Amino acid sequence: MRTDDLITSLAADTSALSPPLRQSVVGGLICAVLAASIIFFSVSGPRIDFGAALGTWRFDFKLLLVAASVPVTAFVCVRMGRPLPSTTWPFAVLLAGLLAAAVSFELAVTPSDTWFPNWRGTNALLCLVAIPALSVLPLLILLLSLRSAAPASPARAGAAAGAASAAIGAALYATHCFDDSPLFVATWYVLGALPVVMLGAMMGKRYLRW
Amino acid sequence: MIAPPDALCRVTKPFQPANIPLRDVHRTPEDLATLMRAANSGDAVAYRQVLAGLAGNLRIIARRGLARAGRSGDDAEDIVQETLLAIHLKRHTWNEALPLMPWVRAIAHHKLVDAMRRRGFRTHLPIEDFEDTLGADATPSPAWSSECEVLLSRLPERQRQIVQAMSIEGHSARDIGVRLGMSEGAVRVALHRALKALAEGLAGVEK
Repeated sequence: MRTDDLITSLAADTSALSPPLRQSVVGGLICAVLAASIIFFSVSGPRIDFGAALGTWRFDFKLLLVAASVPVTAFVCVRMGRPLPSTTWPFAVLLAGLLAAAVSFELAVTPSDTWFPNWRGTNALLCLVAIPALSVLPLLILLLSLRSAAPASPARAGAAAGAASAAIGAALYATHCFDDSPLFVATWYVLGALPVVMLGAMMGKRYLRW
Repeated sequence: MIAPPDALCRVTKPFQPANIPLRDVHRTPEDLATLMRAANSGDAVAYRQVLAGLAGNLRIIARRGLARAGRSGDDAEDIVQETLLAIHLKRHTWNEALPLMPWVRAIAHHKLVDAMRRRGFRTHLPIEDFEDTLGADATPSPAWSSECEVLLSRLPERQRQIVQAMSIEGHSARDIGVRLGMSEGAVRVALHRALKALAEGLAGVEK
């Protein structure tokens, strides 16, 4: 086929442009949050003492951190969805920095004999199961919303989608979880998110190719 | 005095301005970005000019990339066409506030790397073997690629007819619709599907 002929047929294809990437990711994000919320509220819902817990700084900080990581990771998804590689490490540094600050604060204000029980928490296993379980559906939805993207690296874009899905799962689970110590969050939440990020990378490599 | 034979040749060759391909018109990156913005808001003429203007750039990028990797430049036109299809289908990922060319080069690079990875070592050649041909314009005019042709022949009959009627014979969607007994909209949908299928076929994406 002649290149000029191809150009003619491309110019003749006047079908509507796909929506801008930001718009499809935001749409996917809203659907993902709704889907995960429906699952979460039909299975368990927030903890009984939710109102009282809101009065403690550790619970508030936990919620704030995981909830803030949802828009941050979603923004990284949009960046990763473009053909031009763009800087995303500051976002990872931002989230890691917030977590590190909370851990330092916790270590500074609590006596050292409470560190280990707080780190171990009361239900680490549930955390490791609930976060991935709540994240699978959001991951599928976000990957679908990235189908129109053109990621410089499909695997990395998939990993970003995995991180955003894990953030959604973690944000919902955080309202249910009784372990509020930053030591717990820094360990078990991160471990719960890891398999989702890896699954996202694997699926992205396969399904976000273009 | 008799002129040397080659000079004679040059004089007797007819000058055909109508045959100068669109892609040889030099356009600055700013021109192309302006045209692309117009194209994205629905200006089909501007769009054709952008693609034609980019094809030359893409050809240079593909040839250089292949040469740098020690591959023959034979596949360059396949990569140019694949990149043009990707630009077309992914043009919403260009942020209009940013310069156009870095985005184009990123797509070209992605497609080049992908094509070389896919073709493996099939066309691996030491660079010395074709060093002297690198500078020369080895593309037969008009630029042609077999890969698209093969994929085109594998498309459903209807889609293939539409692409051919549109690109090679230059018919409008309405004319083709009348001829094939389809609505103009259906012709456009079929064209879009065909182009998507071509892009996926070129990229080796299994469905």
